[in-house]
Amino acid sequence: MEAFASHYSYFVTVLLMAAGLYIMIARGNLVKKLIGLSIFQTSVYLLYIAPGKLIGGTAPIVSQAYQVYSNPLPHVLILTAIVVGIATLALGLAIVVRIREAYGSIEEDEIIAADVGHGDRE
Amino acid sequence: MMAATVLAIIVQRNLFSVVVLAGVYSFLMATVLVALDAVDVAMTEASVGAGISTVLLLGALYLCGGEEAKPLSRPWLPLVVTLVIVAALVYGTLGLPAFSDPQAPIHTHVVPRYLTQALAETGVPNVVTAVLASYRGYDTLGETVVVFTAGIGVIALLRRRRRGKEDGK
Repeated sequence: MEAFASHYSYFVTVLLMAAGLYIMIARGNLVKKLIGLSIFQTSVYLLYIAPGKLIGGTAPIVSQAYQVYSNPLPHVLILTAIVVGIATLALGLAIVVRIREAYGSIEEDEIIAADVGHGDRE
Repeated sequence: MMAATVLAIIVQRNLFSVVVLAGVYSFLMATVLVALDAVDVAMTEASVGAGISTVLLLGALYLCGGEEAKPLSRPWLPLVVTLVIVAALVYGTLGLPAFSDPQAPIHTHVVPRYLTQALAETGVPNVVTAVLASYRGYDTLGETVVVFTAGIGVIALLRRRRRGKEDGK
């Protein structure tokens, strides 16, 4: 029980990650898959940020009034990760739009079926 | 509340509502980040995660149509895979330091130096900014290169599409 209270933030992270992973594997729609990917990403943000928090601390802006700060290093890394994540999302969506142009569908099974049918004809 | 939003995203099949829920989710995540004292990250998440990515997703929906087809007939295999991974990760997290433990390695390595010296060395009171722009400036340069490459990729993909349309006419 004690372990549950002190590791609660990790469990939240794991559950969010599981939800994102499940969306990515189980759903055939490509846009939905990308949303699952972003949920997975936000779980990684939590994984980095949560251990950096100190109870009783404050945001890492140096001031005479405070002595305890949360850890600034994960914040920096996650700022980079957020921006790179949006770049990945934009590129993925552009590819989805192209797939839609080429196949007329963004459902995984229909795309595979179209590929198989095309192979038979050749 | 966050769990409810995520569940709704999983269940909901109308992609438009999924996108709006993803925006809600991003704002909730930003709130959690504020509670964890990560104000800079929360700001970026609210503007980039809830703003730009929602706009991008809506643009993609405009081009792709907004209904998801039926779910796959056998959702059990992915569910089992996910649960196995959850079990493994929960087992793994038990070995990590407890929440808000000041003796955890994350708080004892380089960070005390950043917190005590950053103001004198860079003159910026916000340590996050100091580390981002000064100590890890090359990281940020690399990040800019990544965003630039992604931008080129998007332009290349979407321009080919427009040219293909003109050829088709």
